[in-house]
This record gives sequence, C-alpha cells and structure tokens, in this order.
Amino acid sequence: MNLLYKIFLNPFLQMAAAPDLLAQTLWEGLVAGVLYALIALGFVLIFKASGVFNFAQGIMVVFGALTLVGLYDILTRAGLSFPQAAAFLALALTLGVMFLLAFGVERLVLRPLVNQPDIILFMATFGLTYFLIGLGELVFGGNPKVMISQQLYLPRGSIDMKWFGGLVSFQKIDIAAAIIASVMVVVLSVFFSKTRIGRALRAVADSHKAALAVGISLEQIWVIVWFTSGLVALVTGIMWGARSEVSFALEVIALRALPVLILGGFTSIPGAIVGGLIIGIGEKLGEFYWGPLIGSGIESWLAYFIALVFLLFRPQGLFGEKIIERV
Amino acid sequence: MLYREAGQFKTSYASDQAVFPILQDRIGIVVILLAAFVAVPLLGDAFLLQAVMIPFLIYALATIGLNLLTGYTGLLSLGTGAFMGVGAYACYKLATTFPEVHVLIWILASGFVAAAIGVFFGLPSLRIKGFYLAIATLAAQFFLQWCFVRIPWLVNYNISNAIEVPTRTLAGIPVTGPTASPQTRYLITLTIVVIMTWIASNLVHGRIGRMWMAVRDMDIAAELMGIRLLPTKLLAFAISSFYCGVAGAMMVFLWYGGSEADTFNINQSFFVLSMVIIGGLGSLLGSYLGAALIFILPILLRLVPPQLGIPIHPATAEHVSFIVVGILIIFFLIAEPHGLARLWQIGKQKLRVWPYPY
Repeated sequence: MNLLYKIFLNPFLQMAAAPDLLAQTLWEGLVAGVLYALIALGFVLIFKASGVFNFAQGIMVVFGALTLVGLYDILTRAGLSFPQAAAFLALALTLGVMFLLAFGVERLVLRPLVNQPDIILFMATFGLTYFLIGLGELVFGGNPKVMISQQLYLPRGSIDMKWFGGLVSFQKIDIAAAIIASVMVVVLSVFFSKTRIGRALRAVADSHKAALAVGISLEQIWVIVWFTSGLVALVTGIMWGARSEVSFALEVIALRALPVLILGGFTSIPGAIVGGLIIGIGEKLGEFYWGPLIGSGIESWLAYFIALVFLLFRPQGLFGEKIIERV
Repeated sequence: MLYREAGQFKTSYASDQAVFPILQDRIGIVVILLAAFVAVPLLGDAFLLQAVMIPFLIYALATIGLNLLTGYTGLLSLGTGAFMGVGAYACYKLATTFPEVHVLIWILASGFVAAAIGVFFGLPSLRIKGFYLAIATLAAQFFLQWCFVRIPWLVNYNISNAIEVPTRTLAGIPVTGPTASPQTRYLITLTIVVIMTWIASNLVHGRIGRMWMAVRDMDIAAELMGIRLLPTKLLAFAISSFYCGVAGAMMVFLWYGGSEADTFNINQSFFVLSMVIIGGLGSLLGSYLGAALIFILPILLRLVPPQLGIPIHPATAEHVSFIVVGILIIFFLIAEPHGLARLWQIGKQKLRVWPYPY
C-alpha cells in the first residue's frame, strides 16, 4: 500500500506542492527534448531520402562542433585578432567541411553500396563513425573544449522569474536553442514543401525508381540531404556544446535520441519533434519524481521504456507510415 | 590442383548432408584443430595466448551467438553486450554462492540465466521488426547496464562495485583467478568454444536452423507454412543469449580476471555486431573470420609501426587505428557485402577450377 502510494500519489502531490519546481523540471525537459529532436531530425532526413539508418549522426554532431572550435583555434593562432571575424570564418569553413563530408560519403560509401540491404548500409555508417572519431581526435585532439558561444553572439546568463512563490530560472542559451530549433524546423519544412529540390527530396523518399524515371539525380539528392543533416548536426553541436562542452561524450547523448526515433517513426519530421519533446519531458519528470524510488540514473533507460510501450501499440511509431506487408 | 573433388562420390544420404563434404576440407579442419590444441599452447608466448587467442575465441563465440539471431533468424539485436554481462554476473554470483560446484559448470549454467533474460527482452520481436527492434533491444542494453551499476547484490556488496574472479582449480591446476596459467585458460576456452561451435553447426543444419532461416527470409510466408513465429523467434533469442552469456562469463573468468560495470557497455554490442556483419551474416566460419579481423587488426596496427622503427605516439596510433578500422569496414562492405565468408567461398570456387578456369 505504501509502495503504491509512493508510486502513484506521492509524485503528484509533490508536483502540486511545489509548482515552481515542476515548472523548472518541465522547462529542462523541454530543452533536452528540443536537442533530442534536433538529433532525431538529422536521422530522419537521411532515412527518408536514402533509406540509410545513419548511426554516424551522433558523431557528426561532435565532429561538427569539434571542427568549429578547432578551426577557430587555428585561425586565432594564425593571427586573426578579431575574435568575431575568426568565429564566423570558422563557421563558414566548418560548413565547407560538412559539405565535403557529405560529398565524400555519397561518392565513397553510398554510391558503391547502392541497392545493398539496409543492415549493410547501417554497418557502413558504423565504419564512418569509427573514421570520424579517429579523424576528429587525430586532428583536433580528444580533450574537451569550450564552445565559442560568446564569439558567435550566443547569449549567456539566465532570466529568473518569480513564479508560484518560487524562482524559476531560464538559461538564455536554452531559450536561444529552442528558438533556433523552431526556426530550423520551419525553414526545413518550407524547403521540403515549396522548393524544387525539396520536392525532389520527397520524391526520392517515396520511391527511388520513380524518382530516377522522372529525371531526378539520386546522387545530387543524397549529397544535399547528407549536407542538410550535417548542418542540423552542426547546429545541435553548437547548442549542446554551449550548454556544456564539446567532447566525445556527446556521442552517448546521441544514443539517447534513438528512442525519439522509434517513438516518432523513422520517416516523420513532425514525429521527430513531438517524440523529442515527449522523451525529453518524460525523462526529466521520471528522473526527478520517480527516480529516487528505484535509485538514480534511470534517465539512461527510461526513454527506451517509454518508447517500447508506445511501440507495442503502434509498431511504426506515432507518425510513421503504416507498415504494410505483402506476401 | 590439390583442392579437387573429382572422384569423391556421395554414396549415401549421410555423406550428401555432411557439413564438410570434401575430403580436403576435413583434412583442413583436423589440421586447424591440431594446430589450435597442440601447436599454439606449446609455441605461443603468454602475450599471444592472453591478449590475442583467448579474446579472439571468446569474441568468436559471442559472434556465433549474435549470428544465430541476426544472421540466421534475421532479428537485429544491439543488446549483445548486456547479455554477455548477464552471463558474467550470473556466473560470478553462482560461483561465489555455491563454491562447491565446479566453476566450469557455472560458466555453462550462467548461459541459461542469460537465455531467460534474452527471452524476456525478445518478446517485443513478435510485434516489431528491423531497426525498430534493434532500438528496442537497446532498452535491454541500457537497463541491464544500469542494473550492473545499481544493484550491489550482483557483486556481493563489493565496495569497488567490480567482480573479482576467485581462484578455482580443476584436478589441482588453477583454471580461473590470477594464478591460472595462460595455457590452461586457453585450452579450456578453446574446448568450450569448439564444442559450442559444433552444437551451433548441428543446430543450423537441422530442423531448427531451417525454421530460423524461413523466418528470416519472410516471416509471414514461414507462418503460412506452419512455423509458429513466437516459439521460433524466442528460441533464437534464447540460444543466442545463451551463447553470448557463456562468452561473457568466459570473458570475465578466463580472460579479464575481473570486471567493472562498464565492461559490458554499448560499444561491446556494436563490436560484436560489426564482427557478425564483416564476417558474413548467416555463416559460422564468418563468425570466426569477422572476430579475427575486427579484434586482431587493431592489435596489429598498434604493433606494426614500432616494428618498422617509425616513432609514433601511442595516442596517435590509437586514433590512426580507429581511422584505418573505419575505412576497412567500409572497404570490406563495398568489396564483398556478404562478408569474409563469401570471399572464402569465392576463393574456394577459384581453387577448384585452378589452373584451368574455363
């Protein structure tokens, strides 16, 4: 009886007793959710257009952020005294690197492996992960680095608000992350629905053969889509780096974004967003209110269990396309 | 010219269904087994046995386990590391609670614990498929890993939260613990791995293996042909987890001599999965080849530059070996997406017709 009380009643009483804490937890979950959603977005983009389950998305986040910070370091040491100029030059160069990466992946990995089973392509992105880890550590070193948030005009500090008789603090960087993420989602959805390339992308996602038949170049589309998710990865890396630091530990966080994918469905952009928010908020609430009951650290698997429960009822995720099997 | 099957007639059903139908293959396997059982422990030094052969065999066993699930039944699993961990912790718990029963029995028995856990986490496989299932098995990975850290009962309330392998003897010779010689541990590992490979071979060549392959190729069609999906898939999960559990128990008891909660992390799962895919999905030989390539290659990469007299910083060597392994994975996938086992098949075919290929 006591246990049931602790599980089903006590957490809600706590929530009602301290609404300011609840608001703070919700906000933190929301921000984590936004970042999960961004990582998941990168996955979804690539999965939709090329059918590749891109395991390397997590490391692309780290690699993008690391390249940005590393290039900034090199530029300032080369004598570029104006930090903002160096920062934005580094940003531009990093975009170039991400484009080269997309181009290289298409030319050296995807093109020779066209028409192979999914699991082979998945494994190839696994090789890509190893490659990027080694390259990143070799060129820029494995030590954690500080994100150049000030030079990129990212806000710092926090806004404290008096709510419900308590103090709720909003980190400005989190607000910026939420705004940038929403802008990016809007831009991407406009890009997908209104531009010629976006329509071509959706055509490729529907059917490779039909897209080829109407004269869409698959190679070109793949480069574009990998570059786009490289871009998403870079933004995620900057935001996450500004919140903590740039290190290879970020890669593990990318694994935490995987339940977002099964929750939202592999092929749905809105699914990635909604899934990210559900997982982010669910994780933080679970950790804060139910975590003490069974020992802390349940964050690491709670998301998977939430996703698994959803999956048992909807095997294709919340927004995924219905899986129809024919014999 | 030597590798020729002319004149070898199959005169009975038994010889037609043999695993090694060609005489040269049979001679080859005997030679390999002799070399493994006699030559390696006699000639190899402690480094070769301890750092190369024992881990290679243990990974080969884990790879066979995952191959039964992913390669033969078509169920992608990313929870291998955790199932290995279950085997290791179960074995430790059993061996310390009942010290009077021999540790080798517990190593094998711990596989059953892993199998039970594997069946539980395999339950969603009836509903979900493909990558969705892969991520669902990640739930097993993270949950079990959390259990290893948070449940002190599993390590007998050890302060360091780590397993320390007790010393146990077989006929007076220590087989586990710090005093056991590499030779003894190698021979025991080899014996277990060879026997379990033989069992796996019989499984996949028999009725059960055919059921698994039917489910892999198309599960709806398999169901229509009268194969019950749930028992078949769960059996695959059980046997696969059994193999992984035994491999995990051996990893701790015969290789590391101790382990922390972090030993069986997600990278372990990916490591074994890459062995399966590089070696060849649905091939026992491929499991060995994949384990050899993925495990031994980085060791060689670290050994080669100092041998050539190139001064290279250990950290740099580590990073370069990451890059090279990444490139090689992609290269092998492009060269032969069906894995090293397929390369061997092609080579075999070439040998048969050599030197007159037309």
